[in-house]
Amino acid sequence: MSLTPDDVRRLARLARIAIEPADEAAVLERLNRVLGLIEEMRAVDTRGIEPMAHAVDTAQRLRPDEAREIDQRALYQSVAPAVEEGLYLVPKVIE
Amino acid sequence: MLNATLGELSRALAAKQVSSVELTRLCLERIARLDRELNSFISVGEEVALAAARQADERRARGDAGPLTGIPLAHKDIFCTRSLRTTCGSRMLADYVSPYDAHVVEQLARAGMALLGKCNMDEFAMGSSSEASHFGAVRNPWDKRLVPGGSSGGSAAAVAARLVPAATGTDTGGSVRQPAAMCGVSGLKPTYGVVSRYGIVAFASSLDQAGPLAKSAADLALLMSAMAGFDARDSTSLDRPKEDYARSLDIDLRGLRLGLPREYFGEGIYAGVRAAVEEAVRWYESRGARRVELELPNARLGVPVYYVIAPAEASSNLARFDGVRYGHRAARYRDLIDMYCRTRAEGFGAEVKRRILVGTYVLSHGYYDAYYVQAQKVRRLIAGDFAQAFERCDVIMGPTSPTTAFPIGAKVDDPVQMYLDDIFTVSAPLAGLPALSIPCGFDAAGLPVGLQLTGNYFSEARLLGIAHRYQQATDWHLRVPRETPL
Repeated sequence: MSLTPDDVRRLARLARIAIEPADEAAVLERLNRVLGLIEEMRAVDTRGIEPMAHAVDTAQRLRPDEAREIDQRALYQSVAPAVEEGLYLVPKVIE
Repeated sequence: MLNATLGELSRALAAKQVSSVELTRLCLERIARLDRELNSFISVGEEVALAAARQADERRARGDAGPLTGIPLAHKDIFCTRSLRTTCGSRMLADYVSPYDAHVVEQLARAGMALLGKCNMDEFAMGSSSEASHFGAVRNPWDKRLVPGGSSGGSAAAVAARLVPAATGTDTGGSVRQPAAMCGVSGLKPTYGVVSRYGIVAFASSLDQAGPLAKSAADLALLMSAMAGFDARDSTSLDRPKEDYARSLDIDLRGLRLGLPREYFGEGIYAGVRAAVEEAVRWYESRGARRVELELPNARLGVPVYYVIAPAEASSNLARFDGVRYGHRAARYRDLIDMYCRTRAEGFGAEVKRRILVGTYVLSHGYYDAYYVQAQKVRRLIAGDFAQAFERCDVIMGPTSPTTAFPIGAKVDDPVQMYLDDIFTVSAPLAGLPALSIPCGFDAAGLPVGLQLTGNYFSEARLLGIAHRYQQATDWHLRVPRETPL
């Protein structure tokens, strides 16, 4: 199936990526080419096949529930675009 | 010295024929002279490298050195380093300096290797040509008009041009092996879970695996022995005993069963690639190995399955780049959502955006089962083909890539053409298997051809031994690219 311009705008909104109106047609055309490529696998008969979510089938390891991390907030926030008093700053979301 | 293997460098350092500082200077000078054109490095850390080299020399003097102590190294710019910025080839992380080191970075530093710099790559490791970098395309040292392959193209080009004796890479769909093949160097993708992913910028977490690039298989074995090992900080790291990856270098090839999948020698493979690979297979036969004709009936589905699973996981992993906690933030925006959208539009390049959009689509309501779950089912069929094949053979051989290196710009407008180049490399990561590429000759244009060896889970040491035997009898891996003479 092929995507429409509306589909691309919806995907861009979901993915939080702004697409300039002038680029929409080119993005749409290339996405449809990629979807054409992956179409081939949709026709394969996979009844009764268990999905393979990971390369190696292992269970998640468990560890004792104890604090191990030390507080490195200042270090981690040193690479943030905008912080103040230990908080990440973003545009106002509540009036 | 520039064309020496790691083993030779190690012996020269131990015999005091050369110091780590001298070796490091030699590499830095060569980078300064040649890399302006090749563009294989994003960052070069002269002071950091020389400081590490001095420490290594002191360790040697104290008698506290391992085989890799004092040998210069480069990391793909996807490995987080505190000492140098980690850009991942992206504007999004163009100025990012990580607060911590990746596990692989720690391990190789602990072994005493001197970090020279960080290698160029396709943005977020998404690409097969190293053209999709915010820092410009990498050029192939065999012919600077051509791509070096990707996504670890900077690492492969740097090793090929003898700028550095060893480098790290990551392989999600072939990103170590395909550039190794196109640059005439050796590269290994280990079994999934053998090398910790801690501190590696995540692309597709069920596929990503780090691996070494160097001149020879014996070099890869030395590097793997230091890189691999359990790390609790990666939830998929496998808790297995430490291995000596050089233990099988003297493997006996007599009776070795070489699996030759019909699909790896079919249509679409360049004549020069086929000829070189078949010649290598004949060499193995001449040493007592036996051909086993195989079929991998689902191999042709590898590329479509990969280009569902990898973008799906990428769209989730790359959601973290929101302009809030680190990385680029747009200068102008109306509100929070607009800040996200503009930050990501500015920070990501075209290929990364494309894959995020594809991933968003295949995970979206109404398409999840038809695309993502279906791809995971076909992934199991592909893994099943290999399981059956390894009942009949010890190693699977074929070309790493259907072509040799192609011109810069030739495929940038057609993502599907670029994706189809991954036909022989995507299956091993989908199944989680180890695979390596070694040089096995040249095509008519004088461009290197890679031979791919795929083995069963945890058979790295054996694969390296099989490759090493070939390299003892051939010198393809020691040929120096014509555009970067010694």
